[in-house]
Amino acid sequence: MNSKSLYQEVILDHNKKPRNYGALDHASHYAVGHNPLCGDHLDIALNLEGEHIASIAFQGESCAICKASASMMTTVVKGKTRADAETLIKEFRDMATGTLNLDAEHHLGRLTVFAGVRDLPTRVKCAILPWHTLHAALNSVTTTSTEAEDDPMHAAIGDA
Amino acid sequence: MKIIDSTLKPQFASIFDVEAIRAEFPILKLQVENKPLVYLDNAASSQMPQPVIDRLVRYQTSQHANINRGVHYLSETATAEYEDSRRKLQRFINAGEDREVIFTSGTTDSINLVMHGYGRKFIGVGDEIILTTLEHHSNIVPWQMLAEEKGAKIRVVPINDAGELLIDEYEGLFNERTKFVGVLHVSNALGTINPIKQMIAFAHARGVPVLIDGAQAAPHMRVDVQDLDCDFYTFSGHKMCGPTGIGILYGKAELLERMQPFKGGGDMIMSVTFEKTTYNSIPHKFEAGTPPIAAAIGLGAAVDYLSAIGMDAIAAYELELLNYATEQMSHMPGVRIIGTAPMKTAVVSFEVKGVHPHDIGTLLNQEGVAVRTGHHCVQPVMLRLKVPATTRASFAFYNTMAEVDTFIAGIRTVQKFFT
Ligand SMILES: Cc1ncc(COP(=O)(O)O)c(C=O)c1O
Repeated sequence: MNSKSLYQEVILDHNKKPRNYGALDHASHYAVGHNPLCGDHLDIALNLEGEHIASIAFQGESCAICKASASMMTTVVKGKTRADAETLIKEFRDMATGTLNLDAEHHLGRLTVFAGVRDLPTRVKCAILPWHTLHAALNSVTTTSTEAEDDPMHAAIGDA
Repeated sequence: MKIIDSTLKPQFASIFDVEAIRAEFPILKLQVENKPLVYLDNAASSQMPQPVIDRLVRYQTSQHANINRGVHYLSETATAEYEDSRRKLQRFINAGEDREVIFTSGTTDSINLVMHGYGRKFIGVGDEIILTTLEHHSNIVPWQMLAEEKGAKIRVVPINDAGELLIDEYEGLFNERTKFVGVLHVSNALGTINPIKQMIAFAHARGVPVLIDGAQAAPHMRVDVQDLDCDFYTFSGHKMCGPTGIGILYGKAELLERMQPFKGGGDMIMSVTFEKTTYNSIPHKFEAGTPPIAAAIGLGAAVDYLSAIGMDAIAAYELELLNYATEQMSHMPGVRIIGTAPMKTAVVSFEVKGVHPHDIGTLLNQEGVAVRTGHHCVQPVMLRLKVPATTRASFAFYNTMAEVDTFIAGIRTVQKFFT
């Protein structure tokens, strides 16, 4: 595919003006995600009130794909339940690795702007990293990675 | 740095017939994203010219058998060609004897061989190994493994902001515990050419042997291991128009003879009983098992090819490419070159303000331009220069001034896209 078409307006916009960017005071859950292939990292902090994500923030050093993915992710999961967030994490990952049928029912909404990464194998991990990190945060694993053994989803994206 | 005035036409470029050279590289005719391929990732791996491809085909179609074994025609032919290739490599780096040239699977393998064969035998608890901030991970990790195993210590030569080694600091690191020095000839991330001859002489005056990682030097300049007086010199075939899976370890015969073998198996032995094995003489002691025979012969053809063009001519032409690219990039707002040593090979690492290297790489690919992005296997350099990652364009003698223009135009497109 034409990689420029991946960099759609909405992605460029979130890269330039990331939403929910920064630190969060008194986070109940927190995780750091690393992509050792490029040295990028990002951290996600959130507050769970009961089962709901009451607030969420991210910060870190990353490419446009990763930053926009994180930014859009925070806007989408804020206010959702932990279970809904986990569903989105799974759907997003399946979309990025090309195993999700986008014509069937799913909950990704405008997150489908990232569907194009499935054709850019070297960039799949950039898009997925925030979602991995969110999963780790929700499960209170404090560091995650797109490569390391302790990566809870490593097998799932291993040959992505 | 010697910068060519961009209004002047590069002098040497006109006599160096780059179009004739390009015609011999089939892969350079490729279209990527409907644009002509502009291959600027030569520091990662170079491309192969037709004469080397033909040599591999000739070996495979008319000369292949296992070496050092049979008395039949093919085995004798393959053995002779393999050993002939060793002598070509010997001449290429001006080694004193052919038995000082060991075929390995590449630079990484060569360094690991020295770590196991020399390091594990001669480096012990409390001993010190000097490395530099510029080292590729392949010249760091094996020594860390050794240091951990033996209780030895690693000392690191720092660099300045331009990416040059601080030689005073290097000299200050020596003490009576210093047992080994490992330094790269040319930095893969920044292109810095290190003053290794001077560094080797300093170490030798203190009785310390030196390994030079020449992975980024052997493809781009004339290397004379006797003149350098290095104890070990390593490089990889795939970065110099040869095949993957083959590389060289040069070592001084007297050192190689005292070293223990790295891998055990066939070919590296003189005699084997369950009570005792006697090792073969060098270089065979270090070439256990069936080697990549075709790749070794292919590498011989690659150095023939490079030598026919001439390493000095290659170095001079590549310097013009470097100066032309550097000159243009130093005038681009928002572009910062990382690595500005006065002595460099044709490697340009850079940052574009506000744009992550990954995005630059993906978008340059859209223009047919292949560059490397990331930490280039040198995380300590990135840490020291406070850049998380860079984009790197690395040139070869088959690149053209017009390709530099395409690359520069590509960076402008990226900048426009992100503003
Ligand atoms: C300076 C340097 N040393 C060592 C290596 C490792 O070479 P290889 O992967 O061929 O073993 C490289 C390759 O990138 C390099 O640039």
